[in-house]
Amino acid sequence: MNSESALSREATIINELGLHARSAAKIAKLAQPATGSVWVAKGDQKADASSIVDILTLACEKGTRITIWIENKADLQILEDITKLVESGFGE
Amino acid sequence: MKKDTKEIILKGINASPGICIGKAYRVDREGVEVVEKYQIQAHDLPKEVNRFESAVKKSRDELLGILEKSPEELQHAHILETHLALLKDKMLYGRCIEMIKQENINAEWALKTVVSNLKDIFETMTDPYLKERSADVVQVADNIMRNLMGAEKVNIAAIKKRVILVAHDLTPAETSQINLERVKGFITDRGGKASHTGIIARSLEIPAVVGLKTATSTIHNDDLIIVDGNTGIVILHPTEDTLVQYEERKINYEEYKAVITREGKAPAESTDGVRLAVMGNIELPEEVFAVISYGGDGIGLYRTEFQYFNRNDFPGEDELFDKYKDVVEVMAPKPVTIRTLDINGDKAVNNRILSEEANPALGLRAIRYCLKKPQVFMDQLRAILRAAAFGNVRILFPMISTYFELCEANRMLDRAAESLEKDGLPYKRDIQIGAMIEVPSAVIMADVLAQKVDFFSIGTNDLIQYALAIDRGNEQVAHLFQPLDPAIIRMLKHVADVARENDIKVFMCGEMAGTPYHIPLLLGLGIDELSMNPQTIPDIKRVIRALNVADTRSFIKEVLTQTTARSAFKLIKATYGSILSEHVYSE
Repeated sequence: MNSESALSREATIINELGLHARSAAKIAKLAQPATGSVWVAKGDQKADASSIVDILTLACEKGTRITIWIENKADLQILEDITKLVESGFGE
Repeated sequence: MKKDTKEIILKGINASPGICIGKAYRVDREGVEVVEKYQIQAHDLPKEVNRFESAVKKSRDELLGILEKSPEELQHAHILETHLALLKDKMLYGRCIEMIKQENINAEWALKTVVSNLKDIFETMTDPYLKERSADVVQVADNIMRNLMGAEKVNIAAIKKRVILVAHDLTPAETSQINLERVKGFITDRGGKASHTGIIARSLEIPAVVGLKTATSTIHNDDLIIVDGNTGIVILHPTEDTLVQYEERKINYEEYKAVITREGKAPAESTDGVRLAVMGNIELPEEVFAVISYGGDGIGLYRTEFQYFNRNDFPGEDELFDKYKDVVEVMAPKPVTIRTLDINGDKAVNNRILSEEANPALGLRAIRYCLKKPQVFMDQLRAILRAAAFGNVRILFPMISTYFELCEANRMLDRAAESLEKDGLPYKRDIQIGAMIEVPSAVIMADVLAQKVDFFSIGTNDLIQYALAIDRGNEQVAHLFQPLDPAIIRMLKHVADVARENDIKVFMCGEMAGTPYHIPLLLGLGIDELSMNPQTIPDIKRVIRALNVADTRSFIKEVLTQTTARSAFKLIKATYGSILSEHVYSE
């Protein structure tokens, strides 16, 4: 993908039940106001972070390593927020 | 139109016995006829998109309505909020609109296509929890579909000819709409023996084959099919020869069933004159009729969970009372054993919130849940005591693992009676109280528990699971689930002995009670009453009539010397094989 590694973060899904609909909804909510695209990737599969459905199709169980990245620098805060959310186990 | 007439045989699971031959009638998941596809003229496209948007808006309004009425039960509200967000999700909402515009097709078809693509992706997931969660997406889509079809919705209730229903899966809500007199049989892609479709079909005594996987993708409306619910086979486009053969089998089976039903009515009395009560297990009130027609002596286990599923709130006392009363009145004066809620009610009612406990079998369920949620429990207890005024009711507390729980449950029952007295409602407090014996600690403490109850009911499925530490759903260890394991036999003996010493009754309502091979053992142990799936009653009665109780008592001594499940089984086979081998399902 894009070479700008500064615009991507890695995180691990730590909540017991994995990345399910409710947690995906939280990511999507953060990603929706972004000015450019926001992506979540697991291995070589990527999903549109603003879509709960798309995130769900990644099937991230507990322990999955994911990459989050943005295409527009202006969305840096969103990138940080999503990363924090994932790392906190979605506050569950 | 060229008709494909090649005979096709589909193999599934036999969920309800019987044979029927007839025309297929397909029902979609939504309980409506299969979604149609049609083209939309370019100038009508905005109107079609608008129709889709209004359906989504309607679903949204419905959800908001529920959300407003929902109490602050946190998890539940979260799920609804997730559903709200899903309504506008790009991959669902956005894709549908795109598809309508790009392919000039109707909104229903676009939605169906988008969702079935998503389902395909979800189906391939391996994590069971995540796979299950995808149900959220499907549920939201179903909701939109319902609103989309609106007035055009073809109710299954409107079926005019007698047909065989072909469905992916049938939910309780869907089956409740069906005019069942019009249905000859059921076949579904999904489900197992214990599925809702199976229960309904057995209670109606019509054949059903479930778990066929490919039925809906192979069978079309009006195709001629044969459903053999005895062997779990469905034949599509049968040849002339096959038809003749199955017509014959159908007649034979019906004659055979008539004989069994007649025999089922006769009492289960052993050759030395001991009479045993053979009862039916039910889940739905409608199943009462199956118990009666198969000759059951009462209801040994009325599972009450069903009314808590697929809804957003808890059933009220009056609603529960109505159902219980129906069953009690129909059975009177025969006993109806009502088991109080055996699950985690929050999970049932909020439906989509599946277990968030790491180990639900060891978690907050049954009596533990009820004691924690006194209001939910109280509504049920009051409903049971009120229904008791209309017949012969026994109450059964599930998952008792300590003496304290039993005392608490009894105290709640007293309180329920007091409050009914205060409200001036008719009720009956003087009913038999029982404890389910299904946790090893209850076996050990049986002598203490016996002080607080009128009967024990042994739930073998759970007892075996907990005693042998076997999860039956786990293929790796399922073969170790052995009712005849010496440890289990000794536990049963202990419970039966304690019951006798304390002069209370001991019943059995697990699967073990409905298996002919176990009957000599159970008689020998001195179990007073057996309860099982209604359709097994005639067979078990037949076995009891062929046995001598005095013999089985001495036989038990020998069984107790066995060291493995296998040797116990061999011993039973060697001793009683001739009686047990006359199998009921001889075709």
